[in-house]
Amino acid sequence: MHPAFSVIFLTTLIGVGQGLFLALFTGQLYSLARLVPLQDSQTFYAWGSALALVFLALGLFASFFHLGRPERAWRSAARWRTSWLSREVIVLPLVMGLIALYGLAHWMEFTRPLFTVSNVLPVDLTLLLGLAATAATFLLFICTGMIYASIKFIREWATPLTLLNFIFMGGASGFALATFYSLFAAPSLIKMYGIWTIILTITAFVLRLVSLWRNAHGSHISTIQSAIGVRHPKIVQKTTGGMGGSFNTKEFRSGSTPERIRQAKWSFVLLVFVLPPLLLTTALSIHSAPLLALAFAVQMIGLIIERWTFFADATHPQNLYYQSM
Amino acid sequence: MTQLALVIDLNTCVGCSACVTSCKEWNTSGQAGPMTDMMPYGEDPHGTFFNRVQSFEVGTYPDTQMVHFPKSCLHCEEPPCVPVCPTGASYKRKEDGIVLVDYDKCIGCKYCSWACPYGAREIDEKQKVMKKCTLCVDRIYDQSLPESERQPACVLACPADARIFGDVHDPDSEVSILIREQGGYALMPEWGTRPANHYLPRRRQEMHIHPDELERADNPLAKEDLKIDEKDVTSVDGFGGW
Ligand code: SF4
Ligand code: SF4
Repeated sequence: MHPAFSVIFLTTLIGVGQGLFLALFTGQLYSLARLVPLQDSQTFYAWGSALALVFLALGLFASFFHLGRPERAWRSAARWRTSWLSREVIVLPLVMGLIALYGLAHWMEFTRPLFTVSNVLPVDLTLLLGLAATAATFLLFICTGMIYASIKFIREWATPLTLLNFIFMGGASGFALATFYSLFAAPSLIKMYGIWTIILTITAFVLRLVSLWRNAHGSHISTIQSAIGVRHPKIVQKTTGGMGGSFNTKEFRSGSTPERIRQAKWSFVLLVFVLPPLLLTTALSIHSAPLLALAFAVQMIGLIIERWTFFADATHPQNLYYQSM
Repeated sequence: MTQLALVIDLNTCVGCSACVTSCKEWNTSGQAGPMTDMMPYGEDPHGTFFNRVQSFEVGTYPDTQMVHFPKSCLHCEEPPCVPVCPTGASYKRKEDGIVLVDYDKCIGCKYCSWACPYGAREIDEKQKVMKKCTLCVDRIYDQSLPESERQPACVLACPADARIFGDVHDPDSEVSILIREQGGYALMPEWGTRPANHYLPRRRQEMHIHPDELERADNPLAKEDLKIDEKDVTSVDGFGGW
């Protein structure tokens, strides 16, 4: 498939935003369980939520460039009953709204317990909003992943691994950003975030390796024989019709050589999965802010290459009809 | 229920592309606006078509056959392109099974084209909306046309009669009989899309020529071909004549 930068930026940027929010809320749960010291609502949670919103908004902005008719974008919420794309269009603003409310509740310091569960767990407004936003965040990961995973004949995408990859890579990059952010806003959380970033990154690595292996070894179900219904082992396309190129000869091809795609795979393995844990461990042991920033930046660049490869590596059966011009 | 569709006979299609040009001519002149061509005279011409004729060489030279293969939207009975559309611009009509795009609702997200395994949808580079075969929905019900012309433009144009239009749900229609009796098949049945359009396979073509057919006994011209050596002929004239 043709990798479009609008969708590459949409999926990677909202992934960071979602991951960062999950990191913030994890921090809140940890302090609720008294595993880490309590953080200041305004300086940590409110500003952190704002940062997550910036990433989500940038992703949303990028997505408009994917549309031929962005002025009609509002229509895309109509078919949420059947279309994962429509569901994503609804859930993304929902996530943004809930995270904004969560940040606002922290900003206004609505942290007085509303009620207490079995005398040990004080529940305040931020906790309730945080739980709702967490559910919405996971729903958004599912919607985004299912847009790809639900197209059953793009075999590289039609797997639960697509969903898991979106969740874990988004999570890893969000926690990496949280590690860097907590250096300024909540130094006592930095270790917790650093360790989680490494755990998420390694899990994402394992999952992505499985999907790379699957794509390299899978076979395609459709063949030129089933495409045109002629039972003969040797069929060669001579023309796609005497009309030059078309949408179909561009949209469904990577536009790069297999060699280029192979290089991209090695690059993202290095940039997303190998370098960031190394940089993080070093940064944590010597308390270096630039290294933490570098770990996040390297992973982001890697994720953009990863998403590019996700598209470039996917093959569409319609290409059977467009093999030679 | 009605399901309008085309049956395309690969045995008679000669790959002339008359269907392609008449389709483009009819549909580019319609109310929905032109089907844009980009740089039609440039180095890399690029355009929107509903229908394309592709050619496939089957076999190894010299034992080859050219299969000309016209392809347009197959108006699937389980169209995977429809439920994915976020706006509802893509829909399948209940009354006749035609799959259409509402150009006023489409946002040009291209998701439906990803969800069509046949590559039957093409985005219009100027209007930025998704386009595809409509089975000439603006012709086939037009009461101002004579009944014989209420057919898709491609069907009317085909000089080889390789395209037949009708209701595949009516067991007695011409298309249903052809599908039943001449081995009509669907493309990529593995995805469960149940295309309404069907293709009729290539059949073995053999000619049996009997010598009689070249030199018929009752051929009135045969006399002139006869070469008879007079000497060998004995006739009643040679005996007892004057
Ligand atoms: S051929 Fe493609 S565009 Fe047409 S109905 Fe089937 S899936 Fe949809
Ligand atoms: S391109 Fe248009 S018709 Fe296709 S899925 Fe998007 S909105 Fe629907």
